[in-house]
Amino acid sequence: MSLTLDQVQRIAHLARIEVSEAEALTTQSHLNGIFQLIEQMQAVDTTGVEPMAHAQDLSQRLREDVVSEPDQRSAFQAIAPEIEAGLYLVPKVIE
Amino acid sequence: MINASLKQLSQALAAKQISSLELTQLFLDRINRLNPTLNAFVTVDAEKSLNSARAADARIAAGNAGLLTGIPIAQKDIFCAEGWLTTCGSKMLSNFVSPYDATVIRKMETDAGLVSLGKTNMDEFAMGSSNETSFFGPVRNPWDIERVPGGSSGGSAAAVAARLAPAATGTDTGGSIRQPAALCNLTGLKPTYGVVSRYGMIAFASSLDQAGPMAASAEDCALLLNSMAGFDERDSTSLERPLEDYARDLEKPLNGLRVGLPKEFFGDGCDAEVMAAVRAAIGEYEKLGATMVEVSLPNSHLSVPAYYVIAPAEASSNLSRFDGVRYGFRAENYGNLDDMYMKSRAQGFGAEVKRRIMIGAYVLSHGYYDAYYLQAQRIRRLIANDFVEAFKTCDMIIGPTSPSTAFKLGEKAADPVQMYLSDIYTIAVNLAGLPGMSVPCGFAGGLPVGLQLIGNYFAEAQLLNVAHKYQQATDWHQQRPAGLD
Repeated sequence: MSLTLDQVQRIAHLARIEVSEAEALTTQSHLNGIFQLIEQMQAVDTTGVEPMAHAQDLSQRLREDVVSEPDQRSAFQAIAPEIEAGLYLVPKVIE
Repeated sequence: MINASLKQLSQALAAKQISSLELTQLFLDRINRLNPTLNAFVTVDAEKSLNSARAADARIAAGNAGLLTGIPIAQKDIFCAEGWLTTCGSKMLSNFVSPYDATVIRKMETDAGLVSLGKTNMDEFAMGSSNETSFFGPVRNPWDIERVPGGSSGGSAAAVAARLAPAATGTDTGGSIRQPAALCNLTGLKPTYGVVSRYGMIAFASSLDQAGPMAASAEDCALLLNSMAGFDERDSTSLERPLEDYARDLEKPLNGLRVGLPKEFFGDGCDAEVMAAVRAAIGEYEKLGATMVEVSLPNSHLSVPAYYVIAPAEASSNLSRFDGVRYGFRAENYGNLDDMYMKSRAQGFGAEVKRRIMIGAYVLSHGYYDAYYLQAQRIRRLIANDFVEAFKTCDMIIGPTSPSTAFKLGEKAADPVQMYLSDIYTIAVNLAGLPGMSVPCGFAGGLPVGLQLIGNYFAEAQLLNVAHKYQQATDWHQQRPAGLD
């Protein structure tokens, strides 16, 4: 498998990372090297093998639906790039 | 005091031979003097450390000190610590002062009374094996400052090796405690997945990440693990198990211990001098009463490929939270919302982090999920099953930690695949979720060599016992780099 420059640009967009054309070229060569390594997996017959997501194969713990955290809104917003009236500010999304 | 064990420091503090304040100042002075050369710490806040030391001294005076109260420690900068800059080695978090404590920090500092000396340098978001991907520059290996300390816990390793701290924390997703421990002549332990809480430990690959101690000896690691481990309801994969004393079996004789030697770890691909040191350690274990059995981990060659699908997939998901909205870095100039995300992430992440996020985004994307992500998870099962088979005929597995000693700065930085292969012996342990250690076992060309011990699930106490008995019979772990006084 070999990624084209277009594919690299598409992946970068999926990941929301801006890449210049020069960066895309370097990234393309690095990613293709890494995928060459990864491709070794394709030779393995894994029919009937259950995928393993976690070492201990436990299901997620559930807890009672009760308030367990104190309100720390002002501490959390104190480190935000831009806030106003308790809201996080981002560029306008809806005209 | 600089080279004292944690037990000796604990006794000195209890006997009032030294105060925590004096001890903390002693190490802060060393950091002041030697950190400009090594770059092991990214954040030091003497006033904060000295205040914690004063609080520890008050606890000691009041008679409610624990074994580790008042002992200084270095914290990897992956752990959120309230009021401390917590950067994870990234520009993305270069302005992030954590509003809360990770469970590891709370247990070690608030509960046990250890005193933080500061936050140690690391590969950006723990992605690297040389500490060269840090936004704050590379860490230098105290054994040869032209060489890397390993990674990703490179700052912690260099700090302890140069005795800028008596001990440190690390985290290990694919070898990030064990490999730097090997390259810097330390003892490091990655516990069974789920033993130490991940709450407040900035996530890289959540199904693999595990924190553990890095110190000068197995005994020190046992005492530290006692302060770190335990169930935490704030970590959804934390295991509900009774608390253990990990130092309980340190002195057990090794007679009858069956040590497995995986033939795949003793073939080509390992430096000959490294292998000679590992073989000598095997001889030492035979003298201590252990018997060697050959075992096989037939799928171990697939661990690096499977890891470089699973870890980036989880990373791409975990790191999607860094969007320049709620905390961390935001680009200065941008157009619409999407442009703000794209520019903040392009400028905030380094090259290796971007690569891994992109690999992850690709292997999880429509049409590739089955071929890559599911296939990697199936291979993960095969790798874990290999260990289950091997542990039917042995109690412990031994091999090299790293295929080479510390390499030169820049030597592998341009070729990601070469860098990835330096974790060839450590990654399978994370995929299986097993506990593993690295223990100093000699030198090659003047550089430290690490012996890897791999235990069965929850065999931390046994691993520490096996490491401790070896350290009573040898003095490799007591060797210190020259020229750092």
